[in-house]
Amino acid sequence: MPKVTIDGTEIEVPGGITVLQACEMAGKEIPRFCYHERLSIAGNCRMCLVEVSPGPPKPAASCALPVGEGMEIKTDSEMVRKARNGVMEFLLINHPLDCPICDQGGECDLQDQAMAYGHDHSRFEENKRAVKDKHMGPLVKTIMTRCIHCTRCVRFATEIAGVPELGMLGRGEHAEITTYLEKSLDSELSANVIDLCPVGALTSKPYAFVSRPWELAKTESIDVMDAIGSAIRVDSRQTEVLRVLPRLNEDVNEEWIGDKTRYAVDGLARQRLDRPYLRVDGKLQETSWQDAFAAIAEKVKATKGERIAAIAGDQCDAEAMIALKDLMSALGSPHIDCRQDGAKLPTEPRAAYVMNSTIAGLETADAVLLVGTNLRWEAPLINTRLRKAWLQGGLQAAAIGPDVDLTYPVDYLGAGPDTLSAVADGSNAFAEVLKNAERPAIIIGMGALARADGAAILATARKIADDYSLVKDGWNGFNVLHTAAARVGGIDLGFTPDAGGRDVEGILAGASNGDIDIVYLLAADEIDTARLGDTFVVYQGHHGDAGAHRADVILPGSAYTEKSGTYVNTEGRVQLARQAAQPPGDAREDWAIIRALSDAVGGGLSFSTLGDVRARLVEANPIFDKINDIEPWPWSAFGEPGTMSSEPLESPVENYYMTCPISRASETMAECSREFVAGGDERTGTDG
Amino acid sequence: MAFLDRTARGLLMTEIVRGMWLTLRYFFKGKVTVNYPYEKGPLSPRFRGEHVLRRYPNGEERCIACKLCEAICPAQAITIEAEPREDGSRRTTRYDIDMTKCIYCGYCQEACPVDAIVEGPNFEFATETREELMYNKDKLLENGDRWEAEVAAALAADAPYR
Repeated sequence: MPKVTIDGTEIEVPGGITVLQACEMAGKEIPRFCYHERLSIAGNCRMCLVEVSPGPPKPAASCALPVGEGMEIKTDSEMVRKARNGVMEFLLINHPLDCPICDQGGECDLQDQAMAYGHDHSRFEENKRAVKDKHMGPLVKTIMTRCIHCTRCVRFATEIAGVPELGMLGRGEHAEITTYLEKSLDSELSANVIDLCPVGALTSKPYAFVSRPWELAKTESIDVMDAIGSAIRVDSRQTEVLRVLPRLNEDVNEEWIGDKTRYAVDGLARQRLDRPYLRVDGKLQETSWQDAFAAIAEKVKATKGERIAAIAGDQCDAEAMIALKDLMSALGSPHIDCRQDGAKLPTEPRAAYVMNSTIAGLETADAVLLVGTNLRWEAPLINTRLRKAWLQGGLQAAAIGPDVDLTYPVDYLGAGPDTLSAVADGSNAFAEVLKNAERPAIIIGMGALARADGAAILATARKIADDYSLVKDGWNGFNVLHTAAARVGGIDLGFTPDAGGRDVEGILAGASNGDIDIVYLLAADEIDTARLGDTFVVYQGHHGDAGAHRADVILPGSAYTEKSGTYVNTEGRVQLARQAAQPPGDAREDWAIIRALSDAVGGGLSFSTLGDVRARLVEANPIFDKINDIEPWPWSAFGEPGTMSSEPLESPVENYYMTCPISRASETMAECSREFVAGGDERTGTDG
Repeated sequence: MAFLDRTARGLLMTEIVRGMWLTLRYFFKGKVTVNYPYEKGPLSPRFRGEHVLRRYPNGEERCIACKLCEAICPAQAITIEAEPREDGSRRTTRYDIDMTKCIYCGYCQEACPVDAIVEGPNFEFATETREELMYNKDKLLENGDRWEAEVAAALAADAPYR
């Protein structure tokens, strides 16, 4: 532990850190552009200069200088002030100073630091240079004249995203950041370079010129586009959600978010259900809440409980699900399910359906077997953790199922469950790797579980976990990767059929052969609506998607930015999302709709505030009391061995950019699908 | 003595005589009132009247939707919405000023980096209804076209002092 003196105060710092980090620990602010905690050190902006002795009598770049015993560091001496001032003047020589038309204005590092450390006027009389803008796809807008060549974007693309498609060409005045061959930045994390860019060179294309940061109300919330539960900040102006930015959460998303999380929000303004509808003579007509409830009540009162069923969708909050569960049990229906893709997930123990290693824990894994999952599309931020593990030191990864480029080397073992059995009985070479690994892990995706032999696959995975000691003291390498934000919460609170109840498959079969008369869809759009037959369908949700088209009564609910909800991510982490905007028109919070409907149909729900619903949640499962807190779950018996078919395992996500009603309604996501999934118009350097 | 003084002044009516003398003097001096609206007083180049949105000589509107005027407006009278125009440049789709909220402080023209929003010399914009005082972009640009000569002259006259 070297001792250093920073501005006259002696402080002991851990060895091996840089002078910049030591200054931060001492509470000194060091201006910087190129240095970033999560990226490699470049040392090319020179803004972090400090005076260090012993050493040459000149300022030193603190971000690239390791701290040494007995160093004396001055962060605010005359020499440092002058040096920073000079660096800032050089940086601004070729910067266009077009802040009034720049989208970064108001949240720009260069603007802030020029105010704090810069000159008040320019002495540069010559012509400034201009740089041609580059094409980086439908999400990132480039104004390359503003670039100060910090290379944060290049390092992010190469190190974190694993798509080495950005680079710097030329030297000195001719240096340019460019995409090789004018290709789009083909990564699910591409838009993070916008946050990283300290100036306005890379800005958000869909958000171009829309708003200024000081106009926005900022709400801290949780993302529901996938099951990671990324921490986000929702920026809204009046009733509109304008953008989503990542929030720091070391345990989940670090400080990145996927492009879908960031840009699907324009779908919140399209195809919304903003008033109740009732099907009259085959046509949906606008109606009032009273009439909609009356129509449901009339039907429900004439139907026996066991002929009613409910399916919950992938983005439901736990509050709405517990309310619907209580309503269904009051009506006497055992047929409820939240696994609308038909995943054969056990309902207990909890270790059987969550990611036991935790997202941060996967960083320490040294061997991982991916079963039936395309991590890059199902959980891009978990993929970056595995990439990090590989970068840090030899993660050995192998995949069964989809053969995709995950940005790190993956041993492709085979497509079908037979390969999984081969690993289980030790005849596959990867069995040895798992056996010899210190922290081995298996990740089972919904592609392996949402099929008829899902239970057998889960049992085989369990066998692998037991045989190759994936579960031991202080480490549990058995991981289920969900794709739906509501899934773990739904299973936790018991939105699954008990004995005698039908699961999704059973409900749909019952609906088509006439055993079920009423189906209540709580924002469930991913089911085969053609199989609902001529049942009476109540759809409660926020978008006019598949479910609403088939519905006989539509109750307009609210999307995730419009209600305070509880979500449980794939690790089993309970997180609270907060309301950032009002639901449109007559739409209401989902639990409140079910509460009001309960009065109309005689369901007898008693709660009347959000606090009551949350108390009921805790009563249903104490886990809901532990917000943002996870602990290792006991490893007990589950899984029934069975026969597995030889069908290849496929990822449930066919198109990363369109997986839910919100992203399907989003124009930005449609454009991304065109560009990245459908191939788009291939642009090369020879085009125009 | 004081009693005698006061009584003498009262009986001789000296105050009235002095007052009438003053009146008589002003009777023969020049007039200070103007025959408004046929005549008007002089205006300073810094006069802050009705807002105008100006254009460049080639007809391009000056406003670049930086929203600094909206941010600085202490009465929150300005509302701006923006998006990229077809040619990719930054322009407003909506520029509203609620003239009933405006306090004519002139901060908007101080904040404007391109001299687009200016408080012109016009002070005669009284209306019969409130609604007519909710100015939109068309109205402001039309004002700009009408008052461009006066606004440009006023800005030029004030420029040496900035």
